[in-house]
Amino acid sequence: MGLKQKLHTLKEKYKGTKMAPAFNALHTFLYLPNETTHNGTHIKAADDLKRTMNVVIMALVPCLIFGIFNAGYQHYAALDETLRLAPVANFFTWDNFIMGCWTVLPLVLVSYGVGLAVEFVFAVIKGHEVEEGYLVTGMLVPLIVPIDIPLWMLAVAVIFGVVIGKEVFGGTGMNILNPALTIRAFLFFAYPTWMSGDKVWVHGAVDRQKEIMAGADVDAISGETILGSYAQNNSVVYDYWDMFWGFIPGSVGETSKLLIIVGALILIFTKIGSWRIIFSTLVGALTMGLIFNGVVSAGWIGESSKFFGLMNVPFWQHLIIGSILFGAVYMATDPVTASQTNKGKWIYGFLIGFISILIRVFNPAYPEGVFLAILLMNVFAPTIDHYVLQGNIKRRAKRLKVKTA
Amino acid sequence: MGLLSKKDRKLILDPLADDNPITIQVLGICSALAITAQLKPSIVMAVSVLFVMGVGNVVISLMRNIIPSKIRIIVQLIVVATLVIIVDQVLKAFAYELSKELSVFIGLIITNCIIMGRFEAFALGNGVWRSFLDGIGNAAGYGVILIIVGFFRELLGSGTLFGFKVLGDPVAKTGLYAIGYENNGFMVLPPMALIVVGIIIWVQRSRNKALIEEN
Repeated sequence: MGLKQKLHTLKEKYKGTKMAPAFNALHTFLYLPNETTHNGTHIKAADDLKRTMNVVIMALVPCLIFGIFNAGYQHYAALDETLRLAPVANFFTWDNFIMGCWTVLPLVLVSYGVGLAVEFVFAVIKGHEVEEGYLVTGMLVPLIVPIDIPLWMLAVAVIFGVVIGKEVFGGTGMNILNPALTIRAFLFFAYPTWMSGDKVWVHGAVDRQKEIMAGADVDAISGETILGSYAQNNSVVYDYWDMFWGFIPGSVGETSKLLIIVGALILIFTKIGSWRIIFSTLVGALTMGLIFNGVVSAGWIGESSKFFGLMNVPFWQHLIIGSILFGAVYMATDPVTASQTNKGKWIYGFLIGFISILIRVFNPAYPEGVFLAILLMNVFAPTIDHYVLQGNIKRRAKRLKVKTA
Repeated sequence: MGLLSKKDRKLILDPLADDNPITIQVLGICSALAITAQLKPSIVMAVSVLFVMGVGNVVISLMRNIIPSKIRIIVQLIVVATLVIIVDQVLKAFAYELSKELSVFIGLIITNCIIMGRFEAFALGNGVWRSFLDGIGNAAGYGVILIIVGFFRELLGSGTLFGFKVLGDPVAKTGLYAIGYENNGFMVLPPMALIVVGIIIWVQRSRNKALIEEN
């Protein structure tokens, strides 16, 4: 008897008891259930929620693996600056991999463990099957937090994000806000010292800082992100190819633009991510970048301004620094919280890109605005859809009138 | 309980739970969000509203037969304003620091929807004693929520209660802070007050299903 059959008998045995949803959850998590619908014809398609989620996870795995290597690389490179001279040769090493696993895997485990526990509890209370929605969220969360975030903070944030961001609205598919970003927003506002600044992006930097404060004679680790340097009008030490390949400090999984583009292609070709949203987000970001470049070249803002550093960034560079690409590909395209209409998707995406760069430039205290922009547009997505629909209805009504007249 | 009849007791107890002005009628939210970052202002606010509501309901009830109905809102406003100014002056005289902290929100008791609501809905049509009980009950229901929200926001946001460091010292790293605990900065911000009120509403309605509105 295979595992599937065993689980099925277990499910039958516990049918009707309070724990039934938990067993069902395990069963549906691993296998397609044996039940089929009995009445009426339904649309037949191979891509159920679980498969959709799995494709997104597969698209995220390269980012995760790269993030693991990068965590180790940033840690060792901060101790020994010469490593940065040959990033490619010093990147895929066992040392980096082991150090990265040591720091990144706990984040993944806490994210999945806590999040799925919350999902199970709600499934048992409400008596429905556990929903697969958390599978992607649980993978996204470790990729969008700084490497050294304390695990208990992550756990608290995951509970908050899943309960307040999703379950109170009725679970997967009913949420207004993207749960992964809700979790990040919670961390960002609750524990700002762990979510921004120049110490949190490299493993060990915070501890070293404390040792120095206590009087130890060690070199400080500077792990400023590129946005952080620009926001303080400092010069940036990384070249554009470093930014593109991803050999830079940042949140765990968002540094490698190449792998994000690979993920984007997977999502687009499987038709899971909307290319309209991804494309229009990038267009929005470029537009805002061009406007700021225009402001600088028109001479409306001088070098003394605290916004000069970020405004002066060439517009195309906004796409390879910070997390705009990651946000556009994996966050903005969330089918639940994005606009549903095609025209709405263009508007929704464009505004995400536009507002992201706006926040990035004008809020130098926290020089990144992608997640705030996406959360804001999540709220507005139904409104956009409403007006797109009404516009369509009106146009067709007019056409009807012309015909009958 | 010889003092209060069953009907009178209902006037006081209902607003505390099943007819709470904040969680059921969803009134007076603005001040609940604004001043609950700490416990002390929450309690002062609760007591101030208790005074204004109790006395105000009595005054309106006494005058209910002589107020011309066309100008009753103006009369009600004058009564609230007078009482609020008394509260404000008392606070300024005896608790200056606190009154600065609460600043405009004492003045804004005038616009607290609960007060005008009770004048309009209850005191204008009921006797003095019952109006008094209704005022006290509603103000207490408002105050209870304020204090609950204030308690959690101060404890989790600043790690203190009434300013005492109950969780240890965050700078010297004693108590809970020694093992890596940190204050939740989100709790101090107003959105978290809304979420805490929302959680109270959620808990209350899932305990008593009769309160869930149909839609």
